[in-house]
Amino acid sequence: MSEQHIKLAEESLEKQTTTINVGPTHPATHGVFQNIMEIDGERVLSTVPTIGYIHRAFEKIAERRPYYQITPLTDRLNYCSAPINNIGWHLTIEKLVGIEIPKRVQYLRVIIMELARIADHIVCNSVIGVDTGALTPFTYVFQWREKIYEIYEEICGSRLTTNIGRIGGFERNFTATAWQKIDSFMEGFPKMLKEFEALLDRNRIFMDRCIGAGPLSAERALSYSVTGPNLRAAGVDYDVRVAQPYSAYEEFEFDIPVGTTGDVYDRYLVRNKEMWESMRIIRQALEKLKGLDPNVYHADVPDFYLPQKADVYTKMEALIYHFKIIMGETDLPAGEVYHSVEGANGELGYYLISDGGRSPYRLHFRRPCFIYYQAFPEIVSGGLLSDAIVTLSSLNVIAGELDA
Amino acid sequence: MTNEHIQQRLTAQFPDLSEWEEQYGMLTFRAPAARNLEVVRFLNEDAELRFVFLTDLTGVHYPDRSGEELCVVAHLHNLQDNVRIRMKVYVPVTQPDTHSLTSLFAGANWMERETYDFFGINFIGHPELTRILNVDEMDYFPMRKEYPMEDPTRIDKDDEMFGRG
Repeated sequence: MSEQHIKLAEESLEKQTTTINVGPTHPATHGVFQNIMEIDGERVLSTVPTIGYIHRAFEKIAERRPYYQITPLTDRLNYCSAPINNIGWHLTIEKLVGIEIPKRVQYLRVIIMELARIADHIVCNSVIGVDTGALTPFTYVFQWREKIYEIYEEICGSRLTTNIGRIGGFERNFTATAWQKIDSFMEGFPKMLKEFEALLDRNRIFMDRCIGAGPLSAERALSYSVTGPNLRAAGVDYDVRVAQPYSAYEEFEFDIPVGTTGDVYDRYLVRNKEMWESMRIIRQALEKLKGLDPNVYHADVPDFYLPQKADVYTKMEALIYHFKIIMGETDLPAGEVYHSVEGANGELGYYLISDGGRSPYRLHFRRPCFIYYQAFPEIVSGGLLSDAIVTLSSLNVIAGELDA
Repeated sequence: MTNEHIQQRLTAQFPDLSEWEEQYGMLTFRAPAARNLEVVRFLNEDAELRFVFLTDLTGVHYPDRSGEELCVVAHLHNLQDNVRIRMKVYVPVTQPDTHSLTSLFAGANWMERETYDFFGINFIGHPELTRILNVDEMDYFPMRKEYPMEDPTRIDKDDEMFGRG
């Protein structure tokens, strides 16, 4: 039986390296994107990312949608923390129009955005654990993501793609059940987060897998326009919440955690620390809410904020406003505005050009992970293939946001 | 650092910058398409201005502006003084050439590829100017205004319904 059954291509006998295909659907990619890697044994020599598998042309669609219909499009960018996208979009319109938002609404928004940040960081950090073989922490904290989703559900009726809030505030006031769920989350989550950290932070296997994997220096991170926890892990203390405060963030006291080497372990630690800071912010917001009128949940902007249904049926003025808003007949001032919020994985920016029409003339989403994912080939080359997988999950790349 | 100061410093160096404006606090100006790289290099490397961070780069299509139909908008950020600035470059749709910023910012690579992909702007000096989100076989630039979003025969979705025309 000396006959060779497998016919090899001529050049593959000469070639010393192997080309492998990771993705587009692969358990290690956590989303639909592909990497064609050239490996030498276990070492990654180069990688070529291909993206765009779930491109849905949101920027084009947005040019033909009235402003309030664009909120559901933003849901589908970073779907792990959709409320931040929604509120970021509302804030952009409010900045363009110049709407004054009541303090209570600002604090409510802060609570929702910080809960969304926690939900996003839970996913990212626990998935780093999964990719290094630690499934237990993942199963623990995912119960708490579920509890955050229940809070969303109580406030806006949906869980993943939330479409939360409206231009000017929230669609309805927080119910007693919502407050109760927030309180029970605030009470129970710190215990769980402590347990989560106890399982991973000083875990020998986890540390060995993460320390030194996929390092990104501060200089390279700035050159690559990296933002969010990935930039802070590299040691740059840039956070939009502090640099350009929105929604009353300037009134809150919180720290910006930073790392030193920008490797997987630093990114993990920064996100964990940020969850504690988010808890601190929510606690302050709950405190600040106490002295305010509990019936205020939106600004008084009849041109943008839908009137109560009961009024629509009985009052002429409310009916007119309702019709105008639903038909998208509200004109906005012409102008250009760039507004950014600190999304869970970086600076989420909206560049809006309005020509006075009822839909944007041009709307561009500055999607943080689209911009920082291009650093991926550089930070994994020279490392092990298994490090590349962990690095990918630690970057928190969300396919929906990557491809818009 | 005030916007007036940035404007003075820039006009001293580049007298051909124009269309200065300030909307919602952000200083905006127009640079000639042939000199955009020089201007950004000055903004980036000047010891005082220090715009070291490229926040965003994208395109806009204005079909009515004859001879300068396409616009490239770059947002830069000075992280130390916390100032943002917006630079616009207009190019004709028949020859949409401008310089790539990839020699200054590694992150400009994909942003420019995306802008090329959707608007067809040719960034001279870009290492790999290919499509990024759309399929490679596509032979048009979909974000240009001549490609309508909706079925053009529908009268309930025409420009008039969106307050234009």
